[in-house]
Amino acid sequence: MEQLLQVDNLVTQFRTAKGKLKAVRGISFSVKAEETLCIVGESGCGKSITSLSIMGLLPSNGEISQGSIRLGNEELVGKSDERLREFRGNKMSMIFQEPMTALNPVFTIGFQLREPLRIHKNMTKKEATAKSIDILTKVGISSPEKMLNQYPHELSGGMRQRVMIGMALACEPSLLIADEPTTALDVTIQAQILDLIDTLKSEMGMGVVFVTHDMGVVAEVADRVMVMYAGEVVEVGTVDELFSNPGHPYTKGLLAAVPNVDDVDQDLSIIPGSMPSLDDQITGCRFHSRCPYAMDVCKEKTPPSFKVSGTQEVKCWLQEVDNNGKSTTSSGSGEIKEILSN
Amino acid sequence: MIGLIVRRFIQLLLLLLGISFLVFMSMHLAPGDPATVIGGPTATASDLEAIRKDLGLDRPVLVQYVDYLGGILHGDFGYSFQTNQSVSDAIITRFPNTLKLATASMVVAVIIGIIAGILSAMKQNSWIDISSTTFALAGVSIPNFWLGTMLILIFAVNLQWLPVGGLSSPIYTIEGMKQLILPAITLGTASAALIARMCRSAMLEVIKSDYIRTARAKGVKQKSVIWIHALRNAMIPVVTVIGINFGGLLGGTIITEQVFAINGVGRLMIDAIAARDFPVVQGTVLLVAAIFVIVNLIVDIIYAFIDPRISYD
Ligand SMILES: Nc1ncnc2c1ncn2[C@@H]1O[C@H](COP(=O)(O)OP(=O)(O)OP(=O)(O)O)[C@@H](O)[C@H]1O
Ligand SMILES: [Mg+2]
Repeated sequence: MEQLLQVDNLVTQFRTAKGKLKAVRGISFSVKAEETLCIVGESGCGKSITSLSIMGLLPSNGEISQGSIRLGNEELVGKSDERLREFRGNKMSMIFQEPMTALNPVFTIGFQLREPLRIHKNMTKKEATAKSIDILTKVGISSPEKMLNQYPHELSGGMRQRVMIGMALACEPSLLIADEPTTALDVTIQAQILDLIDTLKSEMGMGVVFVTHDMGVVAEVADRVMVMYAGEVVEVGTVDELFSNPGHPYTKGLLAAVPNVDDVDQDLSIIPGSMPSLDDQITGCRFHSRCPYAMDVCKEKTPPSFKVSGTQEVKCWLQEVDNNGKSTTSSGSGEIKEILSN
Repeated sequence: MIGLIVRRFIQLLLLLLGISFLVFMSMHLAPGDPATVIGGPTATASDLEAIRKDLGLDRPVLVQYVDYLGGILHGDFGYSFQTNQSVSDAIITRFPNTLKLATASMVVAVIIGIIAGILSAMKQNSWIDISSTTFALAGVSIPNFWLGTMLILIFAVNLQWLPVGGLSSPIYTIEGMKQLILPAITLGTASAALIARMCRSAMLEVIKSDYIRTARAKGVKQKSVIWIHALRNAMIPVVTVIGINFGGLLGGTIITEQVFAINGVGRLMIDAIAARDFPVVQGTVLLVAAIFVIVNLIVDIIYAFIDPRISYD
């Protein structure tokens, strides 16, 4: 099946007082229609910046310095903001983490919902209102007519996130990027929102990029998973592959860090050490200083991506050792859990 | 909304009561006797005594105050010691000039301030931003009387484009508009500067917010993002500044009216203070206080229109 979104060797950098710093360091991935790709990784690894790069919504000091982003047949990198604007909210949409602040407090829900329809579909106010009622019904709002005249502060967080989803999907985009859309919500609401996104995905046949650092959410929504670390993709594979046979020590660490619901006191940040900052000069693998398996080669040479299967790729020297017949990774999983839980 | 207006009205009455008491007492306790001003240098002690008796100033101060309040209840604000004109008439003939001046200055200040603020926020650190922030700094530091005098020198005396002073022609005539330009700039500059500054920082703050990112993610045009999504939110703190600033603007009318020889309430008040014309001082001070409260009520009402989260019920 043809790719809907194809990102190749994307580099995004920021102009800062310390010079140009790369937040995304040459990542490649793709998403098909009706597929959910989860991007996971610790805070600051570049998940949001990757999403914003696709949308063309980078902060003013950020820029894409290399690479290609193709949506369908269109190359997005290099397009003017005005051209990208015609894609945003239309062919691709994004929803954000904070439903409490993501809606404009001084305009009615109706105004904000009609906006994309009027901009992209040239609807009259009346047509847009009718469509807005449809949309609100679709995202599970029970009295949509009433809600059109309400303001965001009159709605709960879950309701607002439903409205956000409705707004994002109003023009039936082919790609939805959801950046931690449920992190700010409580658990029952979270489950409802995940269901909603999943249902609408199959209904509309869109591709979804779902950013999260919650492995529980990944298990629930992902078809494929991409693990990011310090601006790079360290592992990608189907959700089954990643959970049953994680190839990268970092992925294993993330999986070991999944909270056990029966044990509320356990420490969640059990990968020792912390991620390098953007201006740290690192030779070799960017994870080696935290990696319990780090070998000499890891400190010297950047690992390439090793293909583990037709769908799984791992950027780790251990995979090379593996290919030579010595099996370190299969026993690694248990071992790392032991190390990490000490 | 009705509740707010009623509350504010009661507040206004209490405020006016307090102010009238303070002004009354301070006028009577401060040195300077109206009788000597009216009688002139040749008046004898018995002349002065007669004048005081005539004006009712020989009675105890509190009795005079209660008497004054009683008059107000009947719409009688007393009579000028100097001209014997009723205080309400004296104010009513001058108030239109002051109102014209204050309104024109505020309009100038709001338009220039908001446009300058937005442009400099949008083009941060560009020459527009630098000149507008410099203007804002200069605007608040330059004293009114100096700015007024300079404007008169340049545009009235040297270039002779505009009249030197006065505000007697009706506003809808060319002459009336011309008379208003220099005083409005003089009085409005400081407020424009404050509004520009507030508007700039409010815009910079709002532009960073999540809902602006949402608007852009929806594909809203850059122009609408700024002039619709951002501006309305940025106006909330700006309106506060405008409201607070209006008090300063009213104070500024006094000086501006002097500089441009405008026969307004400010000049009436200054002349009355100099002449110890108690009833006129009282009347003008109460008027200014009332305007201040009413303007703040208007600001609160505007608030509720801009920001749906504000409810006064
Ligand atoms: N405007 C900016 N200027 C400079 N650096 C930035 C800017 N925005 C983000 N960064 C940096 O880019 C890196 C990636 O940030 P990003 O927001 O993508 O992280 P994230 O993976 O989404 O984290 P989180 O889980 O906390 O949302 C971080 O190190 C961050 O500090
Ligand atoms: Mg993020």
